[in-house]
Amino acid sequence: MARMRYAEALREALRSEMLRDQSVVLYGEDIGIYGGVFKVTRDLQAEFGDLRVRDTPISEQAMTYMCVGAAMSGLKPVLEIMYADFLPLTLDALINQASVLPYLWPVQVPMVIRTQGGGGSGAGAQHSKSLDALVAHIPGIKVVSPVTPADAKGLLTAAIRDPNPVVFLEHKLLYNSAGEVPDGDHVVEIGKARMVREGSDVTLIANSKMVLEAEKAAEALAGRGISAEVIDLRSLRPLDTETIIASVKKTTRAVVVNEGWRFGGFGAEVAATISEQAFEYLDAPVCRIGTFDTPIPYSQPLETAVLPDAEKIVAGVLAMDGRTG
Amino acid sequence: MGEAASLPAGLRNAPDPELLLDMFGKMVLVRRMEERLGELHKQGRTRGPIHRCDGQEAVGIGGTAPLRATDTVTSTHRGHAHYVGKGLDPHRIVAEIFGRATGYSRGKAGHMLIADVEQGMVGGNAIVGAGIPLALGQALAHQLHGCGEVAVTFFGDGAAQAGICHEAMNMAGLWKLPIVFICEHNEYGLTAHARYQSAVEDLVVRAAGYNMPGVKIDGNDVLQVYDTVSEAVERARAGEGPTFIEAKTYRLVGFSTSDMGGYQPQDEIDAWRPRDPILRTRKLLLDLTGEARVRQAEEEAVAACDSAFEQALSDPLPDAAEADVPEFVETH
Ligand SMILES: Cc1ncc(C[n+]2csc(CCOP(=O)(O)OP(=O)(O)O)c2C)c(N)n1
Repeated sequence: MARMRYAEALREALRSEMLRDQSVVLYGEDIGIYGGVFKVTRDLQAEFGDLRVRDTPISEQAMTYMCVGAAMSGLKPVLEIMYADFLPLTLDALINQASVLPYLWPVQVPMVIRTQGGGGSGAGAQHSKSLDALVAHIPGIKVVSPVTPADAKGLLTAAIRDPNPVVFLEHKLLYNSAGEVPDGDHVVEIGKARMVREGSDVTLIANSKMVLEAEKAAEALAGRGISAEVIDLRSLRPLDTETIIASVKKTTRAVVVNEGWRFGGFGAEVAATISEQAFEYLDAPVCRIGTFDTPIPYSQPLETAVLPDAEKIVAGVLAMDGRTG
Repeated sequence: MGEAASLPAGLRNAPDPELLLDMFGKMVLVRRMEERLGELHKQGRTRGPIHRCDGQEAVGIGGTAPLRATDTVTSTHRGHAHYVGKGLDPHRIVAEIFGRATGYSRGKAGHMLIADVEQGMVGGNAIVGAGIPLALGQALAHQLHGCGEVAVTFFGDGAAQAGICHEAMNMAGLWKLPIVFICEHNEYGLTAHARYQSAVEDLVVRAAGYNMPGVKIDGNDVLQVYDTVSEAVERARAGEGPTFIEAKTYRLVGFSTSDMGGYQPQDEIDAWRPRDPILRTRKLLLDLTGEARVRQAEEEAVAACDSAFEQALSDPLPDAAEADVPEFVETH
């Protein structure tokens, strides 16, 4: 075990997979000499050369199509899309090619799109979104969102080895967070949730940075005599329904926290799954916490108001019981 | 068209000193604004990165000076010169950058998305290349209205590689739209040099593929920018269709205030420094108008900028309740 930052853990996964497998190649804007704007690919071009670590023009749509083609021809491309806000530019390639062709033809598309999303840094309406639900909607694409450095390494390793296209969602406010990361080969199976904290009164189901907010909320709730269980989904698709349902059956209440927009968001999927599979166990309707259904504003008081946080989770839990803060 | 680049400066029409003074003052104001933004960023008083255009002011100022308020402009993440050139109020620009309730979007938009519809600035954009097809749409509206309005779009050499740039240029050439494409070729995308992004060094060669005139100019010569854009705008007003202008320039500072640097060689920066458009214009003006008027223009620009900051920084932040806007906009 070594203590390292989230960004370093990602880099370690990229580096060891590149050493292990010649077909792993990296593409993206400014990932070469500069090492990526979040420094995840630092020094990799110097080590592996500019054919395997390649700066691309600002051409997200062509880049993604190119990776689909390259993956079909034996490469394992890892594409960095600088901000999740630019994922829509990649969606045609994902929705109409990457997810469709392996279903119709005897081909595989083993590619990874790494991107980062999330608000809280004042990056404005076109650099702060969480588009988890948009990509999780596509059958045939796996969607992963690690919150700890250990999972960052383990899940990225699994994503690169996966024969399916994977969208790998990072969070801009997590890159500097540090934690213990297992040495050597560390693989975290995609599709298994992580039990973060056990509890008996309510289940808080979260992913990415919202796991940290849910943990804070659980702490605050404990002070009020409410025992909250916290589950980190880690993977949105496939979804670990088993862990969710087992927990809800035990606690009888569920709050789903996702930083995407609430309407048509990922929380709706989880809430519907719970009502389909554990309705009779529920003591309250499932509560969804997400970002307000507005573009993400720039100014600090406005941005704070629209984003979900621990305080809003606590309020959501209390409201389920008809209690207020 | 196509000749401007090769004309020696002496052969051009004698510059109008008043126009030149005005453009000079605006360039000085933009430089001062960005220097102050840089300082305040260092003190941790800005949110998010600030994209400065030090060294590129001539393109934005010279490229907007020939326009009327009814002509529309789309800009980029690096828009301060375009905003000031198009007549936006420095106080409200700075207020928006500091997220104040007095900013152009009441603090919702921030530093990359500034717009003023009344001045035809519609607007900055944080999606690279996005301003280009938006301007195409504005040009369609201008063509249909038939009032001789023109759409101008500024974009970088990085943005010129985006698919939408090619698609938009083709449609503009196909439909003879009243649009001027102004590429600010500052040699870098974010940190990657143009040689890693484009198969051709001079992007202007692409114009032929879209059946429009292409002109390569010295983007650090504000008069050359002004003359070339004026001519292109006249063409567009006359219904003769689009023009592609490639303005060669250089950004003397990093990509943004959060730039860690290291990718722009020092000798390259040193070679461009003497070509600073403000220094060059100043020299020209000293001969044309004398030192007193130059100093006066500088002092006025700096004072206007400083009072904009003073005011903006003491303006209130918006009320958090404003964040929860209705899901659909009824009227504006
Ligand atoms: C679609 C999209 N891809 C990537 C980015 C990230 N990004 C912002 S500015 C930039 C470089 C733009 O280069 P250029 O167009 O030459 O403008 P310059 O910064 O040089 O003024 C990049 C890659 C973005 N904002 N939008």
